Amino acid sequence: MNTLVFIEVAEGKAKKTSLEAVSYAKALNGQVTALVLGTADAQTVLQIGKAGADKVLHAPDEKLNQGSIQAYASSILQAMQTEGTKTLVLANTSLGTPIAAKVAAKLQASIATNVTELPDTSAGFVVKKSIYTGKAFSKIELKNDYKVIAIKKNAATIEDNGTDVTATLFSPQLTDADFAVKIVSTEKASGEISLPEANVVVSGGRGMKGPEHWQPIEELAKALGAATGCSKPVSDMGWRPHHEHVGQTGVKVSPQLYFAIGISGAIQHLAGVNSSKCIVVINKDAEAPFFKAADYGIVGDAFDVLPKLIDAVKASK
Amino acid sequence: MKILVCISHVPDTTSKINFIDNNTKLDVNGVQFIIGPYDDYALARAIEIKEANAGTTVTVLNVGPADTEPTIRKALAIGADDAVRINAEPSDSFFVASQIAAYAKDKNFDLILMGRESIDFNGGVVHSMVGELLGITSLSPVMKLELEGNKAKLAREIEGGKEYVEANLPLVLGCQEPIAEWKIPNMRGIMSARTKPLQVIEAITVNTGVSLKAFELPPAKGAVKMIAADNVAELVNLLKNEAKVL
Ligand SMILES: Cc1cc2nc3c(=O)[nH]c(=O)nc-3n(C[C@H](O)[C@H](O)[C@H](O)COP(=O)(O)OP(=O)(O)OC[C@H]3O[C@@H](n4cnc5c(N)ncnc54)[C@H](O)[C@@H]3O)c2cc1C
Ligand SMILES: Cc1cc2nc3c(=O)[nH]c(=O)nc-3n(C[C@H](O)[C@H](O)[C@H](O)COP(=O)(O)OP(=O)(O)OC[C@H]3O[C@@H](n4cnc5c(N)ncnc54)[C@H](O)[C@@H]3O)c2cc1C
Repeated sequence: MNTLVFIEVAEGKAKKTSLEAVSYAKALNGQVTALVLGTADAQTVLQIGKAGADKVLHAPDEKLNQGSIQAYASSILQAMQTEGTKTLVLANTSLGTPIAAKVAAKLQASIATNVTELPDTSAGFVVKKSIYTGKAFSKIELKNDYKVIAIKKNAATIEDNGTDVTATLFSPQLTDADFAVKIVSTEKASGEISLPEANVVVSGGRGMKGPEHWQPIEELAKALGAATGCSKPVSDMGWRPHHEHVGQTGVKVSPQLYFAIGISGAIQHLAGVNSSKCIVVINKDAEAPFFKAADYGIVGDAFDVLPKLIDAVKASK
Repeated sequence: MKILVCISHVPDTTSKINFIDNNTKLDVNGVQFIIGPYDDYALARAIEIKEANAGTTVTVLNVGPADTEPTIRKALAIGADDAVRINAEPSDSFFVASQIAAYAKDKNFDLILMGRESIDFNGGVVHSMVGELLGITSLSPVMKLELEGNKAKLAREIEGGKEYVEANLPLVLGCQEPIAEWKIPNMRGIMSARTKPLQVIEAITVNTGVSLKAFELPPAKGAVKMIAADNVAELVNLLKNEAKVL
C-alpha cells in the first residue's frame, strides 16, 4: 500500500513520532513518500530515508515554518493527489490530529487516531487504537480506499536500514485562505525534553508541598535525562506550567519509565500514565492508590528519598 | 451572537471500563454518564460569553439516542437556552461530524464550541471535520478565547507550550482548560431546564468508513515490588537490570 507520511519538523529536525510514522508506513509494504514542510536540513532528509522513506518531498517555503494547520492540510492533499497515494500516516499530536481530521473529511477517508500498533491485515485492514483515555483499546476496520492513520508514540520502532534519499522539491499551491489563522507568537519551553515524547518522566504532585520544592524533582529529571510532569492540582495552583499537567485532562504520556512522587494516584491521573512501561511510586502513605498501579514502590517522605535517589542515579552512571 | 455547543454523553472519569457481548459493547452497569469534561469547558465559556454580551443565544447539541436527554438537560440547567438531539447512535467520528454539519449548515452560528476530544473514543477530530465540512476555520485544542468584534484571539496548546493565534468568526473550536471555570447548575437553572425547548431531529444518512471489530482491556498489572526507603540503590539496580528501563 503506497503511503504518504507527514513529517513534523521542530527547529529543522524531524519529530521522533514522525520517524516512527515513516517506519510504520514502511511496514505496510509499499512505496513510502514523506512530506516535509518548511525549513529542514539535509541531515533530516537522510534520517527520514533511513527510517524507511523511498522518496522525500520537501517544500522549503519559509511561510510553512509555522505550524499552519490549514496550509499543511492543503499541502498534504495536493501531495496525495500528485503522488497518487490513498493512505496518510502521521503523528497524533496537537498539529497532526487536526490535520488528519481535515484530510479525512475532505477525502471521506476512514480515519483512526491514537493508533497503538501496526495493522492486522489478515482480514481487511484492522487497526488498534487506545480509547477511554488509556483504559481500553478498540480494534476497528478501516474500510474505505482512502485511509488516515494518526499514530501514538511507540506504535512502531524507528528503522535505520533504509536507503539514502535526497529531497525532491515540492511546491504546493497555497492561497490566503490557507493562512487565514494568524499565528501571532509561540511560547515554548526550549531546551527542555518534550513531555509527550520523553522516554523517562519524573512527576511531582501536591505532596511536594509547594513550587519552591521542585528543585529535587528537576535534579532527578536531569540526572535521568527525563522530562518533568505534575498532577492537575499542581498546575491549577500555578506551581508548574499547564503543559506539564499529566492525566485525563492533560498530557498523556507513554514513557519507558514514569516516576510519581507525592501523587496519590487518582483515576484521572492514572488515565494519562497507564501506557508507561514501568511505573515507580514514591509516597509517604502506604495506602496511596498509586501503589496498585505501580511496578516499584517506596513508602517514604519524598524530601528524604529524593536526595538519596539522585545520588544513587548519579553513582550508577 | 449565536453559539452552538456540541456535547458528548460519556462515562464519568472514575468509571470502571468493562465490556460485554463478546467484547463489542460497553458494560453500562453502574456507569454514570456525564457531559464530556472538555465539552463542559466549551459550555462554560459559551455561557460566559452570553453573560457578557446581551442578545447572545447558546444552543446545545448532542448526537445520541433518547437516553442522553438527562445529560442534555444538565447543559440546559447550566445555562444554555435551547437544545437539539439528533436521534442516532453516534457510530463514529465522521458520522457525528456529518450530523452536526448538516444541522449547522444554514443556521449562521458565529461560534461552534466543542471539547478538544471525547473521553470515550478520544478521537479529537469532530471539530476539525465539522470545520472542513462547513468550510470554516477550526482550531483545537484551544485554552483561551477572547472576542473583539468579529475577531477572536486564541491560545492553542502545543507540545511543550502554547501558540497565540488570531482568526475571524465564524469558528469551530475544540476547547480545554483553562478556557473557563466549570459551571455547576443551581436550583433555578435546574427548574428552568425542565421547560426549555429540546428539539429532536432525525439523522441524515452517512456512509461511514469504519466498523468496530472488538474492544480490549489492557493486560492486568503484576503486583508492585516494594523497596525500603533507605535502599534506593536497589531501586536503581532493579530499574537497570530487571525492568531494563534505565
Ligand atoms: C474530570 C476530572 C478530570 C481530572 N483530570 C486530572 C488530570 O488530568 N490529572 C490529574 O493529575 N488529576 C486530574 N484530576 C484530579 C484528580 O482527581 C486528583 O484530585 C489529583 O490527581 C490529585 O493530585 P495529587 O495526587 O497531586 O494530590 P493529592 O491527591 O492531594 O495527593 C498528594 C499525595 O502526596 C502524598 N504526600 C504528601 N506529602 C508527601 C511527602 N512528603 N512525601 C511523599 N508523599 C507525600 C500523599 O500521601 C498523597 O498521596 C481530575 C479530576 C476530575 C474530576
Ligand atoms: C458501541 C459503540 C461503538 C463505537 N465505535 C466507534 C468506533 O469504532 N469508531 C469511532 O470513531 N467511534 C465509535 N463510537 C462512537 C463514539 O462513542 C463517539 O461518540 C464518536 O465517535 C465521536 O467521538 P470522537 O472520539 O471521535 O469525538 P472527538 O472528536 O474526540 O470529540 C470532539 C468533540 O466533539 C463533540 N462530540 C463528540 N461526540 C459527540 C456527539 N455524539 N454529539 C455531539 N457532540 C459530540 C464534543 O464536543 C467532543 O468534545 C462508538 C460508540 C458506541 C456506543
